[in-house]
Amino acid sequence: MSEGLVHGAVYSVLIVTVVLTATAMALWFERKFAARLQTRLGPTMVGPSGLLQPVADLLKLLQKEDIVPEKADAAIFNLVPPLAALAALGAAAVVPFSPTVVASDLDVGVLYILAIGAVTVLPIFGAGWSSNNKLALLGGMRAVAQSISYEVPLLLSAMVPIILSGSMRFGAIVQEQADHHWFVVWPFFIGIPAFGIFLLAMLAEANRIPFDIPEAESELVAGVTTEYTGMKFALFYMAEYIHTIVASAVGAALFLGGWDGPFWPGLHWMVLKTLLLFTAVYWIRWSLLRFRSDQLMGLCWKYLVPASVLLVGASAAWVVSR
Amino acid sequence: MTALRTVQITRRVDPHLSIDTYDPEGELMLLHFGPQHPSTHGVFRMDLYLDGERVVKVVPHVGYLHRAVEKLCETLAYVQITPIVDKNDYVAPMTNEQALNMAFEAALKLEVPRRARWMRTLFAELQRIASHLLWLGTFALDLGGALGGGSTVFLHCFRERELVLDLFEEVTGARFHYNTHTLGGNRHDLPGGWSAKVHAALDIIGPRIDEYEAMTLENRIFLDRTIGVGKLDADLALELGITGPVLRACGVDHDLRRDAPFHAYDEVKVNVVTAPGGDCLARAQVRLGELRESVRLVREMVDAVPEGSINSGKPVKLPVQTKIPPGQVYVAIETPRGELGTYLVSDGTQFPYRLKIRPPSLHALSALPYIIPGGTVSDAVAILGSVDPIMGEVDR
Repeated sequence: MSEGLVHGAVYSVLIVTVVLTATAMALWFERKFAARLQTRLGPTMVGPSGLLQPVADLLKLLQKEDIVPEKADAAIFNLVPPLAALAALGAAAVVPFSPTVVASDLDVGVLYILAIGAVTVLPIFGAGWSSNNKLALLGGMRAVAQSISYEVPLLLSAMVPIILSGSMRFGAIVQEQADHHWFVVWPFFIGIPAFGIFLLAMLAEANRIPFDIPEAESELVAGVTTEYTGMKFALFYMAEYIHTIVASAVGAALFLGGWDGPFWPGLHWMVLKTLLLFTAVYWIRWSLLRFRSDQLMGLCWKYLVPASVLLVGASAAWVVSR
Repeated sequence: MTALRTVQITRRVDPHLSIDTYDPEGELMLLHFGPQHPSTHGVFRMDLYLDGERVVKVVPHVGYLHRAVEKLCETLAYVQITPIVDKNDYVAPMTNEQALNMAFEAALKLEVPRRARWMRTLFAELQRIASHLLWLGTFALDLGGALGGGSTVFLHCFRERELVLDLFEEVTGARFHYNTHTLGGNRHDLPGGWSAKVHAALDIIGPRIDEYEAMTLENRIFLDRTIGVGKLDADLALELGITGPVLRACGVDHDLRRDAPFHAYDEVKVNVVTAPGGDCLARAQVRLGELRESVRLVREMVDAVPEGSINSGKPVKLPVQTKIPPGQVYVAIETPRGELGTYLVSDGTQFPYRLKIRPPSLHALSALPYIIPGGTVSDAVAILGSVDPIMGEVDR
C-alpha cells in the first residue's frame, strides 16, 4: 500500500513537471510550426531560435496587472483558472508513458480520463458566467453546448478500444495492442474511423480550431477569457495546451499502440506518437477555418454520434466473431 | 409576446422598427459589437439584439473614424487635397486620388494625356488586386480567427499584396499613400524596366489565386460558413445604392469601368464578373473573379502603355493657385469597393466651396440591418467582413 503511495507520489511530481515543461516547449513548437505555415519566422530573439520565448512570455504575464472586474463574481472568477489547469493536469495521471512510467494505472483509467475531461468544461463555464461580460457569457454558453455534445462521440469512440481489449485499464489496452496489432492497423476498418472520431471529439473537447467557438476571437474577442489578465489568463491558456498534450497521449495509447514499438524503449515511442498527434492537431488548427456553433452541433449529432454507435456495435461483433 | 418573438426570428424584421415594439419585456440581450472589437474592420459599431445566439435586430453606428476630411478639403488648394484623400479608403489609395483629380479635371475641362490615362488604369487595376487580396485575407480572419487557419490565409494574401506595393513604390517612392495623381495627369513617370517587374509579380500572383480558390471556394468549412449567409436581394441592393462587388454578387451586371468608361477603360475590354445568390459566397466568388480579371487586364495593358507626356502641363504656373470656375461637377469611378463619387461645388476661388465624397462602403454597410437579422453572431461577423467596409472612407 505505502509502496503504491510512494510510487504514485514520485511519478505524479515527475509527470506534472514533465507535462508543464512540455507545455512550455509545445508553445514554442507551435509558434515555430505555425510561422513556417504562414511564411514567417516565429520567435527568434529570446534564446537560440527563440527557445526561451515561453519563459519570456511567462515573465511578461507574471508582471501584468491582475484585474477583477468590479461587477464580476469575484469568488468564482478567481477560483476557476487554477481549476482549469488542475483538471487538465489531472488527466495526465493515468496516461501510460511506458510500461512502468505511469502515476496510477487505474482499473477504470479510460473512464477516469473521460470523466476528468468532462470536468474541464466547468471552469470554462464558470469563467463565462462570473466575468459578467456578455461576450464571455456567449462563450461559456457555446462551451457547454459543445462539450456536452462532443462528450457522446468521444465516449463512444473510446469504447471501441475498451471492447477490443476487454479492459478499461490503459496498461491492459496498450498491452493488448503490443501483443497483437495496434487498433488502427487491425481491425483497421473499425480502428481508423474510431480513431478519426476520437481525434475530432478530442479537438472539440480541447477547444481547438475548427472547434474553438467558445473563444472564437474574431467573434467573441477572447470568449470566456475576455476579462482575464496576467497569470489567470495564462492558467487558462496553459490548461488548453495541457489538455491537448494529454489528449494526444491518450489517443496514442488507445489507438496507436501507446509505448509499443521496435528498437527504442517504450517511453521514446510514446513521446514520439504523442508529438505526432499534437502536431496533427496544430496542423489542423493553423489550416482550417472555424465552424459555426449550430454546424458544430449538426456535425456531432448527425454524423459523429451515429457513426460511433455503429463502430461500437461493429467492434462488439468483431470481438464475438473472433 | 411569444408569438411576436417567433415572427422576429424566422422572418427579417423592419430594421427601422423600434426594439421596444417587439421586445417590450427587454428579454433580448444587447451586445455592443465594437468599436473596440477585432473583427469590425476598424472602428465600426453594431448594436446586436440577441436572442441566444441569434441576431434579431442590428443597429449600425458609424462615425468613430470621422476626421472631417470634407471640411478640411475646403481649406486646401486643389493640389493639396490629393494626399488628404489618400487616407480615406486606406486599402485602395490610388483610386481615391484618381476619383478626386478626375473631378477637378472635369471642372477645369482639362484633357489628360493618353499615357497618363493608361497609367491610371494600370494603377487602378493593380490597386484592385492589392485591395481584393487584403479583403480575402481579412475575410478569412473573420471566419477562421487570428489564431488559426484564418491568419494563415491572411498572411499568404499579404505576401502577394506586398508584391503590388513594391511595384507602386518603384513608381511613386511611397508604398501606400502615393500622392502620384495631380491635376491634368500624373506626377511620376513609369521607371525603365517596370513592365518586366509587373509581369514577374503577376507570374507569382496569378497561380497563387488558384491556391486561394482551393483554400476558400473549395473548402467545405468556408462553403458552410458562406452559402446562404447574408442573402441580399438585387432590388434592395439597388434601392440602397449599393455598388461594386456586393451589387454584382446579387447578379446585377453593373460596372462603371464598362458602363461609363473612364481612364483608358474605353480602349480595353473589361469582363464584368457577376455571381448569383447575393450571399457571402457570391461576394467571394465575384472578388476572386475580379482578381483574375485584373491580372489579365494588367498583363494586357502594361506593355501597351502609349508614349507621350504624363501631364497636360496646364493650366497655371503655380499649381497651388489653380482656380476652378464656378459651378458643380460629379465624377464617379469604379474602385475595388464600388462607385466612389466626388461631388465638387466651386465658387471660383482656389479652394473648393464644397467637396462631397460618396464612399461605396457606406452604402454597403447600410444593408447590414436588413441582411444580418436571422443569423447568428458568427454570421454577423462573416457578413460584415463580406461587404468589405473600410471605415476610413465610411466616416471620412
